[in-house]
Amino acid sequence: MYTPHTAGDIAAMLRVIGVDALDDLVRVPDAVALRAPVEVTPQLSEIEIAQRFAQFAARTSAGEYTSFLGAGAYRHYIPPVVAAIAMRGEFLTSYTPYQAEVSQGYLQAIYEWQTYIALLTGLDVANASVYDGATALAEGVIMAVNATGRKAVLVSSAVHPNYRAVLRTYAEGLDLVVDELPYGPDGRTAGATLEAALADQRYAAVVVQSPNVFGAIDALPPAAVERIRATKTVVIGVVAEALSLAVLAAPATWGVEICVGEAQSFGNAIAYGGPHVGFIAATTAHLRRIPGRLVGRSVDTAGKTAYVLTLQAREQHIRREKATSNICTNQAHCALCATVYLAAMGQAGLRNCAALNVARTNELKRKVTALDGFSLRFEAPTFNEAAIRVPGRAAGVLAALERKKIHGGLDLGRFYPELDDCILMTATELTSSADVDRLVAALSEIPVRAAARV
Amino acid sequence: MAQPAGLLYSKEHEWVKLDGDVATVGITDYAQAALGDIVYVELPRVGATLEQFGGIGVVESVKAVSDIFTPVGGEVTAVNDAIEADPALVNRDPFGGGWLFKVQLADVSQTDALMSPEAYDQLVSQA
Amino acid sequence: MPLPAFDTPLIFETGQDGRANRYLPDAPALDTLLPRETLRDELPLPDNSELDVVRHFTRLSQKTFGIDTAFYPLGSCTMKYNPRINDAMANIPALRDLHPFAPDAAAQGALALMWELERSLASLFGMAAFSLNPAAGAHAELTALLIAKAYFKARGETGRNVVVVPDTAHGTNPASAAMVGFKVVSLKSDAAGRVDPDDLRAVVGPDTAVCMMTNPNTLGLFEPRIHEVSDVVHEAGGLMYYDGANANALMGNTRPGDMGFDLMHLNLHKTFTIPHGGGGAGAGPVGVAAHLVRYLPVPVVRAYDAAGKDVEAAGWRDSAELTFALDFACPDAIGTMRSFWSNFAHMVRALAYTYANGAAGLTRVSQLAVLNANYIRASIRDIIDIPYDEINRHEFVASAQTLKRETGVRALDLGKALLDRGYHAPTVYFPLIVPECLMIEPTETESKETLDGFIAVFREIVATAKSDPDKVLETPVNTAVGRIDETRAARQPDLRWRPA
Repeated sequence: MYTPHTAGDIAAMLRVIGVDALDDLVRVPDAVALRAPVEVTPQLSEIEIAQRFAQFAARTSAGEYTSFLGAGAYRHYIPPVVAAIAMRGEFLTSYTPYQAEVSQGYLQAIYEWQTYIALLTGLDVANASVYDGATALAEGVIMAVNATGRKAVLVSSAVHPNYRAVLRTYAEGLDLVVDELPYGPDGRTAGATLEAALADQRYAAVVVQSPNVFGAIDALPPAAVERIRATKTVVIGVVAEALSLAVLAAPATWGVEICVGEAQSFGNAIAYGGPHVGFIAATTAHLRRIPGRLVGRSVDTAGKTAYVLTLQAREQHIRREKATSNICTNQAHCALCATVYLAAMGQAGLRNCAALNVARTNELKRKVTALDGFSLRFEAPTFNEAAIRVPGRAAGVLAALERKKIHGGLDLGRFYPELDDCILMTATELTSSADVDRLVAALSEIPVRAAARV
Repeated sequence: MAQPAGLLYSKEHEWVKLDGDVATVGITDYAQAALGDIVYVELPRVGATLEQFGGIGVVESVKAVSDIFTPVGGEVTAVNDAIEADPALVNRDPFGGGWLFKVQLADVSQTDALMSPEAYDQLVSQA
Repeated sequence: MPLPAFDTPLIFETGQDGRANRYLPDAPALDTLLPRETLRDELPLPDNSELDVVRHFTRLSQKTFGIDTAFYPLGSCTMKYNPRINDAMANIPALRDLHPFAPDAAAQGALALMWELERSLASLFGMAAFSLNPAAGAHAELTALLIAKAYFKARGETGRNVVVVPDTAHGTNPASAAMVGFKVVSLKSDAAGRVDPDDLRAVVGPDTAVCMMTNPNTLGLFEPRIHEVSDVVHEAGGLMYYDGANANALMGNTRPGDMGFDLMHLNLHKTFTIPHGGGGAGAGPVGVAAHLVRYLPVPVVRAYDAAGKDVEAAGWRDSAELTFALDFACPDAIGTMRSFWSNFAHMVRALAYTYANGAAGLTRVSQLAVLNANYIRASIRDIIDIPYDEINRHEFVASAQTLKRETGVRALDLGKALLDRGYHAPTVYFPLIVPECLMIEPTETESKETLDGFIAVFREIVATAKSDPDKVLETPVNTAVGRIDETRAARQPDLRWRPA
C-alpha cells in the first residue's frame, strides 16, 4: 500500500488535528455515500503481483513470432545505456520543471532534445514534445489554421491512416474540413491533382508524410512546394519513422515549414502503442503558435547560464481558452530516452543504423518479390518498409504466416480496400537475413491460388 | 501622475493620438507598469479592419497575457515593427517609441467616446 | 540537500568525429542503397563515447529534483511514491515489445490487463465504462468534451455550447473547451469556497453543455452539495464532468458516479503512481455513465466468455477464463485520440498498483492522504493565513498575504526558501482566487517524520521572514543556479544550440 503510517503515528496526528478518528476526516453527506462496495482487483503481495503479471505475459505470445510489423511503431535496438540513465530516480520521479532552480538537469536535457529535433528536421525550433505522432499532426494543423485563418486542410491519403483518423477526431471539435489528396501509381502523393485543389486558396495546409505509410520516400518536388507556397498555404511534413531523418533529405530542405512526427524509434519501446513521443518543429515564423512547453536558455541573477520553461504565456495555464493548445502534460521522459539514445548513437551510429534499415528492407523486397506471385505494389524508393502485393488476399496470407509463427506485416486492405492484396512489410536493423529467409520459405509454402487476382 | 496632453484615452488603458483622420495607438504608462516586463506584443495585420473597442491583439509579460482593445475603429495602416525586436520599448517609452499601430479612422466622431487626459488621470488615480 | 552546482556543457559542445560507439554491424554505403537525390548531405550531431554520455546525463540527473530525492508538498499534483515493481512489470519483454498491430490472438494478456484495469476503475469511480485511450489529463478533457458534443449532436441539441467551470478550475478546462468550440462561463465560488447550487441555477440553461468540476475542489474542500449541483445541471439538460485531478482524496470513500457525474477523467500519473517523468508521459482514462458509453473513442476492449458471449461486468473480474478483442467498429464513437490504443506501459503500472492495494488499500490510501494534509495544516495554522481553516481533504491552501504585507516576503519567496533547504516548493499562485496562495498536498506515502521535518523547516522560514526578510528574499543560494532571468528568456528566445 506504500503507506508508512503506524497506529501510533495516526493517533498522534489525529490529536494534532483535533479529531477522534480517520473517519471524521473523510465523512461525506449521505446523499453521496458509497452505495455498493467497490469491486477492484484483489490485494496481492509484491511477489504475487509478479506472478500475476507473468500470467499476463504468458498470454501475450507475440514475442514468439518473427515480426515484420511496423507502420508507425518500430522495433529497434535500444542500447542498455538508455534505460540505465532514464530510470535514474531523479529523472523518472521528477515533476514538470516549473521550479527551474532545482530542475536544471532535466531542463538542459530537454533543451538538448529540442536541438536534436531541430537539427534532424533542419527547422529552426522544436517543442519539448507532444503525446505522439498523430496528435502532433493535429496540433500542427491547428498551427496552420491559426497562421492562415483558413478552416480546411488538404491531407495526402498516404499519411498514416491512424494519424488521419486522429486529425478527423480533432477536426470535429474545431469545425475543420479535412480533404484528401490521392496517392499516385508509384506510391507517392499525386502532385498532379494539387493544382486544382489549391485553386480557391481555402486550405490552411497541405500535409504529406515521408516516408509515407507505404514506406515510400514522399518528399514533395520543388514545383509542388512552389505552387503550395504561391497560395500562402503551409507545408506540413509528417515523419512517422524518425530514424529516416538520419539519412533522408531534411524536411526543411524540401519545403516543410511545420514538421510533426513520432520519435518512438529513438530509444523508446513499442509497448503496445505507448507511451511514444510526438514532436513539432517549425520555422521561426511559427514560433508563437507552437503548442506545449518550450525550454529556453537564459541566465540567473549572477549571470550564470540557466535553463527555464519559457514563452509560457502561449500555454493553457496562463492563456486559458485562448491558448495555442490545451496540452499540459507531455512526453518528457520519452523525450529524455530519445535524447540519451541520440547522444549514445551519435551521428555515425545513427546514420549506420538507418542505412542498415534500408539495406535489410532492400533485401526483404528482393527476396520476397523473387517468389512467384509476389511483387512490389509501388515503385517509389522506400526506407524501412514496403507494400508487397501477394497472391490472393493479404488477410489469408497473413493468417497462413501466423500459423508458421510469423507476423508478416500489416494488411493494407484494413485501411485501403483497393489494397487488400497488399502487405506492408517492415525490416529494421533487428531483422536478420535468417528472419527474411524464414519469411520467404514460409511464403513459398503457402499454396498460391490459381486465380489469385484478375 | 499627469497624463500626456494632446492624447485621448480609453478605459482599457490605451491612448490615441490623432493626426487628421489617422490615429496612432499605444498603451499607457499605467498599463505598462501594471503588466510588468513586456516580452511580446501581438499586433493586428496591416490592412486589417478593426472595430472600435474590439479585441485585436495581446500583450504578454512573462506570466500574464492581456488583451489589447482598440480604442478606435478603421483600417490598420502601419504597425510598429520595432517592438517585435524589442518589446521592452513599450515599457521604456509607452507614449513614444513604444506605440503599437496606426489606424485610418472609419469615422472621426468615434473619438467622442474617449477620455481626456484629466478624465483618464482620475480613472487611474482611483484604481 | 542542495543539488550540485557544477557546469555541464551541452552534449553538442562535446565529442569528436570518429568517436562513435559500435552498437551495430556496419551497413553498406548509403548511396548504394537509395537514390542520391533522396539523401541528406550531413547530419551535424555529436559523437561521444558511452562513458562521456553516461557522465553527462548522470550529472544532469544530479541537478534534478525528484520524489526519490526528497519531499514534494506540491498541491494538485499528487507527487506520491512511484513503486518500482510497477516499472519492473512494464518492462516484462512480452509486454514491453508488443506491437500494436499484433493480432489480438497474440496479445491476449495485454488486452486482459487493460480490461481488468478498466473494470476496476469503473467500479472504483462509479462509471459504466472507461476508455484508456487518452494520453493525459488535458487530452482526456478534450476526449470527454468531444463525447459531450457527439451526445448533444445525436439528440439534435446543437445549441448546447457553453461549459460552466468554477473559478477554482484548472487552466486546461477552458483551453479544452475552446478546442471543441465551446464557450466558457466562469462560476464564482461562495464565501466558503464552494459552488452554490443556487448561483449555478442562474447560470445554466438551454445552452449549457457541460459543467466541469472537481471534488474536492482545488482549495482541497469537499463540495457537500455536489448532488444538488448535479441535479441543477441535469435539470437544465447538461452533463456533469468530473476532473479527476483530485481523485486521490476520495477513492473508496465516495464515487463521482454516485455524485451524479456523467463523465470523468483520471490522471494515472497522479492517483495511480505512474512516474511523472519530468512532465510526462501521463495517462488520462475517461470514464462515462451508461448513456455515453457508445461515444467512447476506439478501440474498445471487448471480453468474451468461453461460449463466445460478451462479458458484462460491473467491476473487476478475473480475466483468466475470458478472451479479448480490440473493437474498432463502433459507429457512434467520436473517433480515436492518438496513434495507438493507449499509453499501455502506464496501464501495466496502474494495474500493478491496483493489485498492490485492492479495494481496502485504495480506501486507506485516500484516508491517509487526507490525514497527512490536515496534519500539516494543523501544524502551521498558527504562523500563516489559512483562508479556509477547516477539515480539508488531500490538500489545503495557505496564503502569504499577511506575511507579505508585514515583511515583503511573498508565496514565491517561501517556495524558493524551501528549495534551498532541500524541499520542493508548494504550488504557488493557484487557485487564482486566493491571493499569495500556497497549495500543499503531501500525499499518503510520506511518513510522519518527513512531515515533521517539513513543518519544522516551514516554521523556521516564516520566522526568518519575520526577523530577517532579506535572508528569504535572496533564496535560493544552495541550488545549481539562482533565480533565473525569465524576462530575458522570453524576450530573446534561445530554444536550441546552433553550430558555431
